[in-house]
Formats: sequence, C-alpha cells, structure tokens
Amino acid sequence: MEALLMKPGALSDAVERTRSTAGRPTSRVTAETLATKQRDISVSEFFAKNRHLLGFDNPRKALLTAVKEAVDNSLDACEEAGILPEIVVVIEDIEEVGKAPKPITGKDANDAGRKSKAPKASRYRITVVDNGPGILRKQVENVFGRLLFGSKFHRLKMSRGQQGIGISAAGMYGLITTGKPMLIQTRPKPGAPAHHIELAMNTKTNRAEVTVDEETEDFPLGRLRALTQGTRRLSEGGAFLGSSAFPTGTSVSIELEGRYQKGRGSVDEFLELTAIANPHARIVFVPPSRVSIEEDESLISAAPRRVTQSEASASDGPVGAGGSGTSSPTTPDASAQTTETDGVILFPRGVSELPPETKEIQPHPRGVELGTLLQMLKDYEASEKSGTLYHFLQDRFCRVSAATAGSFCEAVGLTSRSRASAVEPAHAEALYNAFQEARLAPPPTDCLAPIGVRQLLAGLLKGVRAEFYAASSREAAVYRGRPFQIEAAIAFGGGLAGDEPSRVIRFANRVPLLFQQSACASFRSVTETNWRNYDLQQPRDGLPVGPLVILLHMASVWVPFTSESKEAIADYDEIRKEMKLALMECGRKLGAYLKKRAQMRREGERRDVFQKYIGEIAKACHAITGADAKRLFEALAEQARKKTAVADLRLDEDGKRIREENPADQDGVIIVEQPPPAPDERSAFAHTRAEAAALKVASLRSDDDQPRLIDTDAPGRLNRKGRPPGGRTSTGAAPISPANRPSVGTNRQPSKSPISGAKGRETDPRQAPSPSTNKRPSSIPRPVAPPSSVPSTGSAPTSDPTNRAPKPRMRLVNGKLVPIEDGPGLF
Amino acid sequence: MAKGATTSRGSGRNKARDAETLKKIERLAHQVVRTALAGDEPRIDIPTRAKSNTIWNKKRGILEMGDATSDRPLFDLKTAKQFMQTMLHAGTIKDLIDAAKTSSLRGVFYKAKHTISGTKENTFDAQEESDPILEDLEVTLGALREELHVFAENRGSMVGNITLIDKGDEINCRRMGSGGYALPSIVEPDVIQFGKCEAKFVLHVEKGTVWNRFNEDRFWEENNCILTHGAGQPPRGCRRLLQRLNQELRLPIICVLDCDPWGHYIYSVIKQGSISLAFESSRLAIPDAKFLGIRAKDYKECELGEAVKIDLTENDIKRAKEIAAYPWFEGHKGWRKEIQGLLNNGFKMEVEAMITKDISYVTEEYVPARLKAEDWLE
Repeated sequence: MEALLMKPGALSDAVERTRSTAGRPTSRVTAETLATKQRDISVSEFFAKNRHLLGFDNPRKALLTAVKEAVDNSLDACEEAGILPEIVVVIEDIEEVGKAPKPITGKDANDAGRKSKAPKASRYRITVVDNGPGILRKQVENVFGRLLFGSKFHRLKMSRGQQGIGISAAGMYGLITTGKPMLIQTRPKPGAPAHHIELAMNTKTNRAEVTVDEETEDFPLGRLRALTQGTRRLSEGGAFLGSSAFPTGTSVSIELEGRYQKGRGSVDEFLELTAIANPHARIVFVPPSRVSIEEDESLISAAPRRVTQSEASASDGPVGAGGSGTSSPTTPDASAQTTETDGVILFPRGVSELPPETKEIQPHPRGVELGTLLQMLKDYEASEKSGTLYHFLQDRFCRVSAATAGSFCEAVGLTSRSRASAVEPAHAEALYNAFQEARLAPPPTDCLAPIGVRQLLAGLLKGVRAEFYAASSREAAVYRGRPFQIEAAIAFGGGLAGDEPSRVIRFANRVPLLFQQSACASFRSVTETNWRNYDLQQPRDGLPVGPLVILLHMASVWVPFTSESKEAIADYDEIRKEMKLALMECGRKLGAYLKKRAQMRREGERRDVFQKYIGEIAKACHAITGADAKRLFEALAEQARKKTAVADLRLDEDGKRIREENPADQDGVIIVEQPPPAPDERSAFAHTRAEAAALKVASLRSDDDQPRLIDTDAPGRLNRKGRPPGGRTSTGAAPISPANRPSVGTNRQPSKSPISGAKGRETDPRQAPSPSTNKRPSSIPRPVAPPSSVPSTGSAPTSDPTNRAPKPRMRLVNGKLVPIEDGPGLF
Repeated sequence: MAKGATTSRGSGRNKARDAETLKKIERLAHQVVRTALAGDEPRIDIPTRAKSNTIWNKKRGILEMGDATSDRPLFDLKTAKQFMQTMLHAGTIKDLIDAAKTSSLRGVFYKAKHTISGTKENTFDAQEESDPILEDLEVTLGALREELHVFAENRGSMVGNITLIDKGDEINCRRMGSGGYALPSIVEPDVIQFGKCEAKFVLHVEKGTVWNRFNEDRFWEENNCILTHGAGQPPRGCRRLLQRLNQELRLPIICVLDCDPWGHYIYSVIKQGSISLAFESSRLAIPDAKFLGIRAKDYKECELGEAVKIDLTENDIKRAKEIAAYPWFEGHKGWRKEIQGLLNNGFKMEVEAMITKDISYVTEEYVPARLKAEDWLE
C-alpha cells in the first residue's frame, strides 16, 4: 500500500523501466520517439486494467466485493456519525437487453445441469442503503468517482476502509462491465430533499462525470420496498426501508456483471460474518431471485415464485414512498414469520450501543519511515511557517512529551528552538535513528475498538452449534509503531463436523476476510499453534482437525493487508505472535475442558460399569446364600454411587488447583450441554454442517441492550431452502429442544451437570436426570412473534417467559456472562 | 457317565467332600453379602498365580505357590467384572454340586454366560475369560478342580503293559489298538485305580504323531513299558496320571521331547510343575522325571542331515535363555550344557528328525540305545 503513496509517477516510472529494458536489444526506438509515448497513467486507468488487485477478478467475487465495499463504507460512516447502523442490501437481477429472460423453471433447472452451457455471469444491480450522515453534494463526485479519495487514508484511526479505493472501484467495475453509471442518493440534511446523482467515472482523468444531478424525495428508493413479497411485507411493518429510519443516509446502486452463488465467499457469508462482528448493526438482505446454476435443488424449486414477483414489481418501475402501501395486496396474517422468510434475510441488531468511539492518533515515532518523516517535515513547514522541530515532534507524533522532544532535538545536534525548515536530510536520518533507539511508551490504545469477548461469544453461540465456546482478547500491542489488538474465539464439539480441518473465520477491523486464507497471518498463526497440546489432532503444519471453529479478529488503526482487495493480513511477527497467544489462551481453556470432560466421562463410565455388574453379583449371592437379592443390590448400588461421588469429591477436596482447572470457571467460556441428535433430528444437524456453522448475530431484545441467544436464523435458513415455515417444529427440533439449550448453572457445582450431560450422551437424553431439563415437551412449537413488532420479532420467542424461565440451561461464566435468572444479563 | 456319577455320589467320601466344597462356596458368598450390607466394599482375596508368588522348593524339587494374595475389590474398574464373574462361577459350581453333575470347562463357561440385563454386554465373552476365573476359585476355595465338579477335555493317550480300573471299568492298556486309552482330565484314585502292571518304566513322548510311531512299532511290548503322550504341553490329567504311576508304582518317567525351548519347558513342567498350577505341584510334579532326548548333541552323534535343522528364532533364543535361568536348570551342569548346546547349534530338532535316518530309527535304535546307556538328563 505504501507504494501507492508515490502513485502515478512511480507507476509510470515502473512502466517506463520495463519498456526501455524491453526495447534495448532491438533499439528500434529512440529516446525521442519514446518520449512522445511517455505520459502519466491515471490510477483509475491502472486499476481498470488490473481489476484483480481490487478484488474484481471474477464475476462472483466482483459482486461480493462491490457489496463489501459499500457495506464497509456505510458502517464506517454510521459509526463515525454516532448512528446505529441500519443497512439494506438489495441485489436485483437485470436481464441483459437482447437476451431472452431466463427465469429458472423446472425445465431450465434440468438444463442447468449442463454447466458448460450455463452463462458464467449475468447482470445484477446492487443497492446498499444506509442511515449514515449522508454526503455533501460537492463531495459526491470525489467520494464515488475518484480512486484514492477518502477520509480514511491520511489518518491513523481504526476503520473498515483505509484507502478510499473501494466504492469508486466498484463503480468503475460496473461502468466497465455494463456501461451503466453509478446511482447515488444521499441526504445529508434531515427533512431536506435528497440528492440524486448518476455518475460515471472517467478513468483517464480520475474524475467523475455527472450525468444526472437532481433532487428527489424518493429516498430511500421506494421501488425497493415493492421488490418482492418479502420486502412488501416488511415494509408494511416499517421494518424495511421505513423513511423514518433514514432521516439522513446514502444509497448507492451499481449495475454490474456478476454471479450470485451461495456458499463460501458469497455475499450471504459476508453478511453473516459481518453481522457477527458488528452486533450493533441491523442488516437486511434481499438476495436476487436468480441464483446461479450450482445451487442446490431446493433453491431452484423455490426460485420461480420469487422471480415472478420481482419481475412484477420491477415492471412497476420506481414508485413513490406512498405507492408501496397501496401496491401490496397481501394482508399480513398472524403467522407472518416473514422477517427472515420470503426471500428477505434480516440480521437483527444484537446490541444497541455503538462500539466505543475510536480516537484518531498521531503516528508513533517508531512507526514512521524515513521518507514519511521527511514528508511530514515538509508538510509541517508548509502549514506552520515558523514551526520548530521541537513543536513538530510534539504535535505530529504521539507519545512524544516536551522532554522527549527536547532530547530528540539534542540527539540530532539541533536545539529546541531550531526551525523545522532547518532540518537537513542528515538531521532527519539522525532523528529517525534516534526514534528507533529512544525508550518511548507504546502508542495509545484508545484508538482501538475490539469486538469484545462477550460479543464474540454471543456471535459464536448464536451461529455455531457447539458444546464449548471460549474467547479471549489480548492486550493491545504494537507493530511498526501502530497499535493493534487481537481477539480470538473458538467453538468446539456439538453439531460441528468432527473429521474435517477446522474452519477459520477471519476479521480485520470487523470486516470478514473471505479469500486468500492461506496467505493470511491469522491462518498461519492457527497452523503454527500446537493444538495437539489441547487434545486435538493436527497434521504437520496444518489446521487442527476436529469439530472446531476458530475466529480471529485484528483491530488496528492500520491493518496491513497483503493486497488492495483486503483479503489477507500481512505476516508481521508481532501480529502473528499476538494471534498465537490469543489462540493458545483459547486452546488452554479448551484443553482444560476436554480433560475435565474426559474425567467426567470416566467417572460416569465407572459408575455405569459398577451398576451393570452389581445386579449379577446380587443374583449370584442370592442363589448361593439365599440372601435378599434386592436388598443386596440396593446396598451395592448405594455404595457404587458413593464410590463415584467420593471420587468426584476427592478431586475437589484436593484443593484449589483442581477447582481452578475447572474449565467452566474460566473467563470467557461457555459450555453448552448437547445431547446427541436423535435420528429424526438429523436433518437439522446436517443442515448446520452443510453451512459449516454459518454464523449469525444474536438478536436484539428491545428492552435490553444485550445480545441474546435465540434461533431466529434457523427458520430463515430452512425457509430459504424451500421448506415450509412451520416445518421447523418437526424437522428442526434439535435447536429448540430444551435439552439442547445452553444451560445455566452456578459456578459452584459445575461438575454435576456435565456428568449428567455425559451420561445423557450415552443413554436416552430424555431420561437423563438433568435438573435443568425442561418439562415442556420439545414438540411444542415456539411462540410466534406478532408481526407488528418486527424489529424485535427475532427476540420474541425467547423473551417469552415460559420459554426461558424453567430452563436456565446456559452457563455463563465468571460474572462476565450473567445467568439468566439474574435479570438483564447478556442473553 | 451317569453310572459313574451314581457311583461317586454313592461313596460317602465324595459326599463329605462335596459338602465341604459347598461350605467353602457359601462362606465366600456370605462374606460378600455381609460386607455389602454393612456398607463396606466387598472384596475377594485370591492367592496370586504368578511367577512372583511361585517358590522353588529345592528340597522337594518342585514349584510351590507362595502366600501372596491379590485383592479383587468390586469397585475397581480393573476387577469389577472379574469380581462379578467369580461370583457367577461360584454360583454355577454350587448348582453342579447340588445336581451331582460334572461339567466341562466349556460347559461351565456356557452356563454362566448370559447378557447382563439392560446392556449388550455378556457376562463372559470367551472361554479364555472363564477358565482363569475357575482356577481363581480353585485356589481361593482351596478346592481341586474335580472337587468343583469341573473337568477338562480328554487329552493325551496311553498304551502299555498295565491294566486300569476307570470308574469300575477294567481297561487293559495292552489291547488299545492304534488309538490308545484317552487320558481323562480327572484321574484321582477314586476314579482310576491301577490294576496289574508289568511295565518297568513310562516313556512319555511329546505328541500324538510320535506316539503313533512308537505304538505302531510296538515299542512298549518290546521294551516292557507304558507309552504316553500329552499332546504338547501335557494337561493336568496326563501329568497327574504320570505322577501317580511314578509315585504309586515307582515307575521311572522318561521323556522324549523335541530339542527346542518348548520341549525343555514341557520337561520342566512335568518335573517341577508350572507357575499357574503351582498350588497343585505336590500332586503333579515328578521331580525324578528324565529327559532322554532329543539332545543337542544328537545332530552330530546320530549323523543327521542338514534337512532336519529348523533355525532358532529370536523368540526361541530369548525363551532358551529364560529357561536356562530357571533355578532348577541353572544349578544343573548337564542342563546348562544342553541349553548352551542348543544355542550353539543355532537350530532346533523335532523328534521326527530321526525319521530322516530311517522310519523306525527312533524306536528301534535311538531310544533303546539311550535307555541302555542310561544316557539322559535328570
């Protein structure tokens, strides 16, 4: 990235070099003829030719990158303005002119089986709407029409975007592939009309050309509300693009050539992971009606209905805000579990507090390079005519006190009165060296906003069906003078696939990283961690194998990506070390848990063995001596109970050591007891596996700010797969079955329930004598939320007291996660 | 068998013996019940049948069992199942005694084998689990196998100049055809009595094939002896009969075994007793049994061909060294030399090796010559 600082000149230099060396052998050109061809290369032009650098290598990825850039910008803008983000992502199909529309029918689905014939890409329009602060009219061209224009590059502050390339590049890509300009609507002033601007980027000049510039009241685009049945229903409840929710905001629409396909590296995955890392955001996603041919059958069969709807609404053209109300013929019925069905996916808000505001910091002396230092001096001279070096050091760097500044001045042979302009390159070099040797406090860390252990656990607990969750957050550390902070979380066991390499979920500044996993420092840190120490299998230099999901997040004022497409974190030793330490912390917790679990199992097995044999012994003794077999059996059974209980007790009495090792007592750990899936629950688990533990964020409960555990995602997913909404009560019994819920126990007696849990695994779970077993039969469907309170609909099922009260099944640990009975806890 | 059973039931001595055994079993069970009801952990003390608890009685020339016992508590994962099996077998034996029937080892295994209710686990999975439990009971109760009404399969054969009375039936071992008299597992005096005997010694060979050779050549007629084999490692019935012939009729026991560690071990067991049955040594061991061949020196002395050699394996060498370290061999010059000779040779020889000379070389020349020269190891 640093190379881009030097931009056009450097690039043309490079081009020139290659040209001249290539030309030399034949020497058919002279310097003069060459000179006529030598000219500046616009950055836009450069990237137009090298679109893969920005993540537009193929149609599928292009679609994702465009969405990603827009969503990242929206989240950043909202957070900086202190607004709880409300983000709507819509992907529409656009049929190419001249080609017959190709809705997927049964016949076409067969056709689609022949992959070679199917088109690789088709045209989509993505629209991302946010409720951010909006953009001033005069800045619109710059923000959207120029590469390397932005608010984030020239500062050291934690944000998603860094360079100011993303959204303009997406627009450029759209323009190149479809010829359609980017459509921007933005309302920076509440109540005022929004700007409606269409602009195309001129790659030669790196400037935007505005084709349409008008004011409009149609913000956010009313057309979108009537797009599908799902959007219409949501709109009626005010849950989808309600105009009151967007007093200010920006909407970006880009038409581009792309391919919509689910799975790894899809828009769906990106939004799911984004929702995890941003529990304060509410995200609504309207996927396109046409899915790519690789999709599974259930999706194809579900598609035609939606295609017709979207076509019908699309043919209406843009309609006013009032239009959507009348255009909807469907009356909402009581069973409208539609917030996540009918094709619209809602990622509800998990917490209604913004992440702590991050401060912008000055560079740390140790983080600047000599060239940067010279440039900074030059800048300072320009702004402060008579500025001294002494003041320059204090003003433009962090952690430089008056005393330190003075000593720096002396170190380079100048005084505190010396002008900044008097600093010669030699001085600067000395200064640079002094920076490296000086003992300085590390940069301040209030510029970082980690996701938080609690939120990470909530996210994992929500989306991954595991039995053990642990998270850890490292203290902030420094690489190249830039502060950063690593967070890690793992989920183990439960419904996760046991025989595959574990899945690594990577985030950088809350942005999911979906590609180039093996090039990423986080991936390397996972493979370099010795998971065998924690009772996991791990091939040499590989990912651990087992039912494990590993999450890593790096928060930093400047995340060192390996490329402009921001897909992998560069491999700095400091960063990798912190990651490994975070992983080891999680691993230790897991190891302790696995050991404890094995111990519990042993005790359980021991008891089972004794109980198995004493019946035979009682019978045999009765046959020989005539003693009362039943009495004897009971006496022996009582002893067996005592013996195994004594064994437990002995462990505890051994002292604190053992008790401290109890994994459930550790910080940032959640243990969920999970009975094995009954045969009829298989489908639900298989589904979870198929999506490889897709993650969703905990839902919002309107009356408390904390994310809670509910299964709002499951019906949505099932329905997207074309199953009836009600099907969940039967086929999806696993997630709702009370025995499957996390349990709350007090920390005092953690050993008790794991034993019953271990036993439950071996015997019929329904017979497991768990004190926390809910009496309510699992076949009772979950209460359905009233359609009126749509934003909180997701949380309604669990806020139902009958559902929550009798089974405090979730163990929250060490006060960090408050048990449910204690009122407004985390979940 | 039914007739025999009636006979033995009829004898007052057997009745008293059964009553004694029953009492021992009941005592064992009562103790378990009493401890259990008192809230203590039931446990059985079982005399240890292991090398560590085997004592070499030099004076008597036999192996004896020491006093060590191993504790078998119920509430221990290692012993819980064995505890249960011991009690099951105790019950089975009580049933046998009550019914005045005997049963084979396999029969006892089947009688006690069933699926534990509520599980898919069997009380016993294989006879190999069951047999040691019975031996445990033997030593724990201090009762012999026959006193527990359990017998093993017939194994080994006998022919020769002797008449036996087996459960009242007269057996003339001179007229046993080619098959011989099958040695029963219980040969106690109340079952088998010796009748008229002209034989001057007993020639014990390792296995049936060799025994057939000797029998076909009427060796026992020619040399006026009794001819037995124990099908490899001789079972208790065979050893007990040899011991009785030796003790009661004063017949020398002369063994013709293979020249390999296994053959040496068989001889050792016949002579001194075995570790696992050390408690029975006084009934089974024959301290003056003799080892006639095959000797390590025979390869040269008998001018045998290359073809008879079977290479010693690593395991054989290890075993030979172990045997050489047995106190009763270690202190015996002849045996030290013999085992060293085997190791020096680097190969084993079976008795059948003699056939390479001539089909009847072993019966007509080798053994008679050695007998005459009294060339054997003791």
